[in-house]
Formats: sequence, structure tokens, C-alpha cells
Amino acid sequence: MPRINSTAELETVRTDILSTRDPNKPCITLCSGSACQATHCKKVAAALELELEKQGLTDKVHVRKTGCHGFCEKGPILVLYPEGICYLQVKAEDVPEIISETLIGKKIVERLVYVDPTTGEKAVHEHDIPFYKNQERLVLGLNTKIDPKSIEDYLAVGGYQALGKVLSSMAPEQVINEVKAASLRGRGGGGFPAGIKWEAARNAPGETKYVIVNCDEGDPGAYMDRSLMEGNPFCVLEGLLIGAYAIGAHEGYIYVRQEYPLAVENVTSAIRRAEECGLLGKNILGSGFDFIIKVHQGAGAFVCGEETALIRSLEGKVGEPKARPPYPAVRGLWDKPTNINNVETWANIPLVINKGAAAFTSIGTEGSKGTKIFSLVGKVNNTGLVEVPMGVTLRDIVYKIGGGIPDGKKFKAVQTGGPAGGCMPESLLDMAVDFDQLTKAGSMMGSGGMIVLDEETCMVDFARYFLGFLADESCGKCVPCREGVKQMLTILTRITKGKGKEGDIELLEELAEVAGSSALCALGKGAPNPVLSTLRHFRDEYEAHINQGKCPSYSCKDLISYYIDPDKCQACTSCFRKCPAEAIEGGKNLIHVVIQDKCTKCGSCLEACPVKFGAVKKLSGEPIPSPLPQEARTIVRKSKQS
Amino acid sequence: MSDILLQIDGREVTVREGATILEAAQSMGISIPTLCHHEKLEPYGGCRVCSVEVDSRGRTSVVAACLHPVEQDLVVRTRTKKLERIRKSLLEMMLAHAPDSEALQELAQEYGADKARFEKDASFCIHCGLCVRYCAEVKKKNALGFIDRGARKEICFIPEIASRECWDCKECFPLCPTSALQAAFVLSKALIAPPEDEKPACCASSSSCACSHGTLP
Repeated sequence: MPRINSTAELETVRTDILSTRDPNKPCITLCSGSACQATHCKKVAAALELELEKQGLTDKVHVRKTGCHGFCEKGPILVLYPEGICYLQVKAEDVPEIISETLIGKKIVERLVYVDPTTGEKAVHEHDIPFYKNQERLVLGLNTKIDPKSIEDYLAVGGYQALGKVLSSMAPEQVINEVKAASLRGRGGGGFPAGIKWEAARNAPGETKYVIVNCDEGDPGAYMDRSLMEGNPFCVLEGLLIGAYAIGAHEGYIYVRQEYPLAVENVTSAIRRAEECGLLGKNILGSGFDFIIKVHQGAGAFVCGEETALIRSLEGKVGEPKARPPYPAVRGLWDKPTNINNVETWANIPLVINKGAAAFTSIGTEGSKGTKIFSLVGKVNNTGLVEVPMGVTLRDIVYKIGGGIPDGKKFKAVQTGGPAGGCMPESLLDMAVDFDQLTKAGSMMGSGGMIVLDEETCMVDFARYFLGFLADESCGKCVPCREGVKQMLTILTRITKGKGKEGDIELLEELAEVAGSSALCALGKGAPNPVLSTLRHFRDEYEAHINQGKCPSYSCKDLISYYIDPDKCQACTSCFRKCPAEAIEGGKNLIHVVIQDKCTKCGSCLEACPVKFGAVKKLSGEPIPSPLPQEARTIVRKSKQS
Repeated sequence: MSDILLQIDGREVTVREGATILEAAQSMGISIPTLCHHEKLEPYGGCRVCSVEVDSRGRTSVVAACLHPVEQDLVVRTRTKKLERIRKSLLEMMLAHAPDSEALQELAQEYGADKARFEKDASFCIHCGLCVRYCAEVKKKNALGFIDRGARKEICFIPEIASRECWDCKECFPLCPTSALQAAFVLSKALIAPPEDEKPACCASSSSCACSHGTLP
């Protein structure tokens, strides 16, 4: 594509691209995000090419390998346009049938369409699937429409329109005012208003200024930023360019985790394509504005997601946070005024400019505008990325979009906000999700991780898991975080092992106050949250562990025992054969008994025991009944009596 | 630079812009405990025993006095119940590492900290970084640094530099608030048993290397 020299030329190029594209030409999109790659979408893509060639359809059908569609539970996802027929969990073997039946024969391959696990209803089109139907995918939606390597695709869906508008008709102050009016809050964790941050960087004295994209997404289970970076890097670049223009920066950095190879590849390729088209570099769109972007790969430290640590890491120093003030807006990268925002925040900018602040603020709640992408994971039927307007309830996210809890289990809590977030119990399910409500409930928005927990999750153990993560990821600079988190972890570990002591809960609360108020950065200050929020809503579980030696969720291995109910055991030998530790004594017609000393508590016996018998049980906090004497263990079958 | 008026423990004080709360407090004779602070070094904010409560723009928060710059009309409290609790716990956690440290014991007495509250983990190091920072900032030698992170973080001398620089210096030893022996121990360990695979480039490339690496004890 030739270099684009003005906003007018940009529109001409867009018109040219669209004129070559027949909206009625069949197009097959295949999700090629990281999750679908793990379920072999590349094999599906190869099969697709081969089959189209075999059928002589290569020129008649367009195949587009897109970024993440979000419904990762059901990948690889294949959608046939113009009809919008959506096939899930597609395998390479399914491809010939899809081509002959659907593409040519216009018939649906029933086994590949979505079936609602509760109602059994089928949904053929993407927009009919409940997972998608209840979302509002203003930012993530483009992922399904473009090939992240193709700038033409991005232009075809209206890409760089916002940049054109900004460079041709808006002064930097106007851009900042628009972002301020949109009340766009940072999507990375803090929720600080982006416009105010931009203004501070713009007003800070100094010629050289920098802008940074924070793609050091490190929360366990969260991958919103990853999917945006992989699936629609141009949108992030466009947002960054607009921000740079508004702030007065001519150099930008993308700090991306090395563990995200596809994100690195796609954003690097996007930068190259944008440079070729004159959408990066000198005199962008003939406006006189110059801007370059460099990609920097992080080495995997969670704390580098904290802005001051990220900046130090970019400078080539150890990724340790620095005290604020001075804020990066005044003294950031190489001591120059720097504006740093998260990937999703930058990706919202073109939307704010295109639709205008008024339209943007029509979505959301009083204090939180627009939409938010969450990664919905854990014990929920439809795991994946969901984008919803601020203010929808947790219940809608977990049940309407997420499809509820699998295997008929009971909902226990949903954890939001990453390792430094908190847990919401069932009583808070009807709470509207936004920055302020979550904070009020003792959790936080964070970057948008959402982990659903069912009745089998022990909340003490859950807090222990996050504290373990944070203890490992603490940079170790300040005492409250390095020592405080370690001590909290020690206490939680001892409680889950049944060695909790009276006073442990109070000690946890004391240490939580120390770390929460005196730690240097947000990692240490937020570290007590998993403990405090589980204590707030599930204190009885802590008390049961300590006072009764009981894990109410039957999850902590040191506090549970497996026991076979002699009245129910039919001596079928299922568990006897499955036990990997030879910890079950039994035999044909001999009621089985768990030898507690040998039992490793792996749970194989419970899984193996036929549901109709239900003889294997978990016990916690109560004595294990002594086994029947040998002579009482023989089962006399009725049939044999006659 | 203009002057800034603020209030510390109910008394007003005027200091130059850019000063820290610690400096302002010192100028009026208010003592705030410190461990990782050293007047010759850049403020670090690691030990947090200098934590103070501040009211700024309608919010109350706890900040490190050694780092936090003064602001006009800032209200600072250096001794509150909450701060006493924080300092006590911090001291107790550090005492688990260095129970015999005089500096820690002195403060422990003041704040009623119990050195046996947390299980002993006698590494002797409280990661104040005085040795590391003094070597980097004052001596400009960088003979030692921190390795690893979190609870696994340790100070470590770099054998190649230490063997050249440390014999005639050792100025970091007396800075150590736990015991001078800590730095001495880590230094000796680095010099006696430098990791085999990390032979200095000079020695590795030539057997007749004139450096002193091979001749150290």
C-alpha cells in the first residue's frame, strides 16, 4: 500500500479498499488467538486451505485468520459470512463437511453449532449464542472482523478515522478535553481518569515526553490485554498516537510480556505496516506530527506492571517500584514527563474520539463510563473474554453470559481484581460492577480478572494461593511487603494444614494493616486484600479450620479423610482398582476400607465410586468411624441365597 | 525555590521546597525512627519504620517520611496508635532475621516489639541496602548488589569487582544496622568460593592472566 499523506488520502484509500471487497463474497473467519492455537486452530486453517483448493474455491472464498473471539471455552471458532454461521470446537476433520454442506450446500452442520447446556436449545448464529448476545463488544468486537496482520482490514472497519479527525481538526487541548469529558478511567487497575493523567503530562515542563503502553498483564487467569494486542494491535497503536499528539510526545514504548510471543509478533508487524503507510514516523498524515514506537519485552516480573517499576525496567534497571510523588507525568522515563496507560485504556481512545464523549458517557454508571473487558474463568460454564457495559450485575456476568456453574455445583464467590483483589459472596451477586462499587465491597476492578469459585473451593486455601503468588512476586524492597506477605502466607499455610492457632486471625488482620498502609507500592498495599475480603465474607471458614480442624469445603488435604460407608459399599472393587496408593483394602464381596495411613487423599476413590452407590465420602473435622470387624465385612448377595 | 509551610505534630514549620518530611521534622527537633536512611545516600524507603501519617488534599495516608516531599499545608503526625502498631510489627519481622542487632533492639524497646513473635529466620540481613547503595552512590564501585527478589532477596558481592576493590575499603561494614559481620560474611563467601562457571573473562581466556583473581585466598 502506498504512503498515505493526508486525511483526505486516508479516506480515498479506505474507499478503494472497500470497493474491492464484495460484502456478499463468502468469508470464513477462524479464531487464531492464543487459546485457539492451543486447541489446534492452525491445523484447521491448513485443512481449510487444502479443502478450498481441492474444491477450486480458493479465489471465491476469503479466509481470514483473526484474533481472539473471546469464547475460548469453545475454540477453535469458525464463522461463515455473510450469514454469520458460527461453528464451535472445530477440528481439521470437520472442514470438508463444512465446505460441502454449509458453504456449498447452504445446510447447517448441526453437531458444530452451540447447544445451551441447560435448555438444550441450539444457536446457529454468533449473535444468538447467549455468551455473545448479552455482551456489548465495543472494543473487543473488532477482533472477530480483522486479520491482525492486515492494516487494510483495520482500515476497512474504520481504522485510523479517529486519528484523521484528531490530526486534521483538533488541537491537543481539545483531545484532552474530549477524553476528560468521556470520563475514561484507566483499565489497568487503578481506575484513574485518563484525561487528567494526560493533562498532567502535557502541562509538565519539558520538551521531551514519552507515552507508554502497559502490556505487562500478570494477573493469574487474566488475558484481556493479550487478546487485544494479539487481535487488534492497530487499535492500540491508534490510541497511543492520539495520546502522544495530545500530550506532545514523539516517542512511545510498548512494554509487553515476553511470555506473549504472538502479541509481540503482531504488534511488531503492525508497527511495520503502519510505518510503511506513513501512519507512524515523520509527518503523519501530512500534519507535521512525528511519532515512533518501540517494543520492549518484559522479563516476566509481575511487579513490572506497576508503572514506576515498569519505567525502571524500561530504563534497564531492576524492576522495583519508586515512591510517588513525583508521578511519572512529571518525572517518568529517563526523568521526562511520561504518560503510561494500560492496553485496554489506549484501545478505548479511538472509540471515544469517533463516537464523542457524549456517546461514550451514555454507557455505564455514574462514576464508570464505557465498557470493560473481563476474563471470566474458573468454575463457570462459558469461560472466555467478555465485554460488558459498566454497571451490569455480577449475576448477569456469571449466569447470563457465563452460563452458571458446571456440574450442578453451588456458586460460592467470584474473585475480581487479580491477586490484590477480593472475593464477592453470593449476597453481592446483584451488585452493579463498576470501579467504585467493587472498591466499596472490599475488592477492586483491577485489570478485569474474574475468577468464579464453587462450593468446593476453600476460601482460606484460596487466599493462601494468592498470598503465595504475591510473596513470590514481591520485589523485596520494602519490609511490609517482603516480610509481611511472607508472614501472612506462613499463617495461612499453617491454617490450611490444620495447625492454625488461636490469635492467628487477629495476627493476620494486624499484618494486613501493616502491609496495606505502609508498603511502598500498590502490590504490597493490595497484598492483604485476598485475606481481608475472605475474612470479611467467610470468617466462619477460617474459624472452622482453626477451632474444629475442619475444612468446610472438604478441600484442604490435611484436614480431610476419605471414608467408605459400609452400609453403602457394594464391594464393586471400582475404587479398590483405581487407588494409586494401594490404600484400599477389599475384594470381591468384601466391603472396602480405606487404610488411612496409606491414603494420599488424591480423591480417585470418590471419582471411581459409582454414583448409584455413593459409598465414598469425604470427612472433615469429625472422627473417622472405625472399620467393621473382618467377619462383618462379607457381603452375602441375595441371588446367591436362593 | 520557595518555602513551604506545613504542620508536624501540631507545630508549624517552614522549609525549602523539595525537602522531605524527615528533613523538616529534623529541623524542628522531632525525631522519626529510621533504619535504611543515610544522609549521604539517596532516600530509599525500604524499612518503612519512618512511616508517618499525613493529611493531604482531604485524604489521610501513611507515607515514608524519608521519601515524601513536603507540600504546602501538609499535616503530618509522627506518633499515632496506628504508627506505633506498624513500627512494632515491622521491627518484630526484622528481628526475626537479626535478633541481636543493637539498632533494632534499641527501637524494639521503644515500641515494645517482641523479638520472638515471629519464627526466627536468621539471615541477619534486613535488606536496608545501605551497603549496596553506599558502594554504588558514594564509592561508585558497585561491588555488591541485590540478587533475586521477595523473601529470597540477598545481598551479594560480585567477586570480580570485590577482589579488586574491597580489601582496602570495607567502608560498608560499619553501616550495617544488624552487625558488621553480615557484610563481612557475604564478602568472604564471594571471594573464597566464586562460582566456578563465572570465571572472570580475563582468566578464562588466558592462563597467564596478570589479574589478581587467581591469587586470592
